[in-house]
Amino acid sequence: MKLPLPPLPTALQPKPKRPSEEEQVKPVEQVKEAGISAVDWIDERTSLSGAARWVMFRKIPKGTNWFYTLGSATMFAFLSQAVTGVVLAMYYDPSVTNAYESTRHITNDVFLGEFVRGMHKWGSTVMVVLICLHMARTFFFGAYKYPRELNWVIGVVLLILTFVMSFTGYLLPFDQRSYWATIVGVNINGTGPLAGPFLSDFLRGGAEFGATTLSRFYAIHMLVVPGAIAALIGAHLYLVARLGTTAPPWLKAESHEGIREERV
Amino acid sequence: MADGRKEPKSKYTLDRGMPGAFEGETVTRRRFMNVTAQAAGGIAVAAFALPALGFAAGSALFDRPPVEWEAIGPGEDFPMDTYVPRVITEVAGIGQVGKTTIYVRKRNPKTDPPPNPTTMPEGVTDEFIAMSTRCMHLGCPVRYIDAAKRFVCPCHGGVYNFEGQVDGGPPVRPLDRFYTRVVGGQVEVGPRYSVNSEFRRFPSYRDPAQDLDGIGQYLYPGRFSTPKLSN
Repeated sequence: MKLPLPPLPTALQPKPKRPSEEEQVKPVEQVKEAGISAVDWIDERTSLSGAARWVMFRKIPKGTNWFYTLGSATMFAFLSQAVTGVVLAMYYDPSVTNAYESTRHITNDVFLGEFVRGMHKWGSTVMVVLICLHMARTFFFGAYKYPRELNWVIGVVLLILTFVMSFTGYLLPFDQRSYWATIVGVNINGTGPLAGPFLSDFLRGGAEFGATTLSRFYAIHMLVVPGAIAALIGAHLYLVARLGTTAPPWLKAESHEGIREERV
Repeated sequence: MADGRKEPKSKYTLDRGMPGAFEGETVTRRRFMNVTAQAAGGIAVAAFALPALGFAAGSALFDRPPVEWEAIGPGEDFPMDTYVPRVITEVAGIGQVGKTTIYVRKRNPKTDPPPNPTTMPEGVTDEFIAMSTRCMHLGCPVRYIDAAKRFVCPCHGGVYNFEGQVDGGPPVRPLDRFYTRVVGGQVEVGPRYSVNSEFRRFPSYRDPAQDLDGIGQYLYPGRFSTPKLSN
């Protein structure tokens, strides 16, 4: 779109080119051209632009509002947890004798350590709150109904996996609170009939809280569950793009001209 | 398709006029190839998934820790009418995390019920009672309060009497105990065992919150990794 020029004095107005002057390609245009051809090169070989268009240029119903952002808010909370978790792992030592000391080192000594650890710690609570709000939004808007039941099921699995992350991550600072909370949590797992005792032994890596319990929780916390969450978020988003979003329940469907005539 | 049904296909590829069919051949080569490829994929997945699963769960469920006895002091240290705290190592090599407090006293033959079953494992004498501090609600550490002659749990208010029997709160069974023996005047503490409300001994000790009365003893089976005392 071309904006009208401000009323400049004639001396300051840009002068049109003289016909003798050669058309100069501006550097900005060159860069733009290079970018476009690079994207074209990839698209010619992957046809990704079709998929990107399919994901991004969707029709959304009238009445879509801020409540519909809770899902992506949860996803960004997860991404924040993933990034801060990866960098925390660069300083953390998941051994029974050093875990507490390395956590203390992160908090007190490392540059931005307290901040990044705080982001991860408080971010976990934020993620749980957001996923619950997102679930409540889905429930109260009736967005779990046909054909979106499978997406609800995937969402419930994601909720459970988020709780597993909270449970396994709680042990890692390895202070008194996390130690006893984990003892209690594992024993709650053990109350399941028949399978419970074996489940709690599996979680502890033996009959007692021992040398491998912490590394076991660490492996579950940073390898098993995040991978599963990332994969399921992919499936969740695919279904959102495939099925579209719902209109809020307070909007009545607009009746068609023809139908209205018939009713009269 | 309304008029006349199709002839049921012969199960022999030869009858169906397939090129290169053998006599008596029933499985088409396409089908054979398909099944073989699926099976090969299944075997390949099982080849890494099963060892990984066994590695993750096997030692946790089946490794039997050795029976270890730890001396906690001469027999005179432990009176009959109160408990004396001692710190023992439950898991070696992990520092403070592997240690736990126990409460020890001498058995009072008049008030303490006889062992049930009456035969204890070989070498185990029942002269001293070593009480675990693991609360049988969810595993918090209980404390013995001498003025009340009771064990009290800080987490959810479980209370046990002098014998370890539940007096109040949410615990589902009496406190666990440890086998004791006396070697050269020294009291030694061995593996843990669980008891139900009738003080029946369960050598394969259960986790807290696992009821051992009535149907509970079947709903919460013992573990394969129970330390083996020679019986």
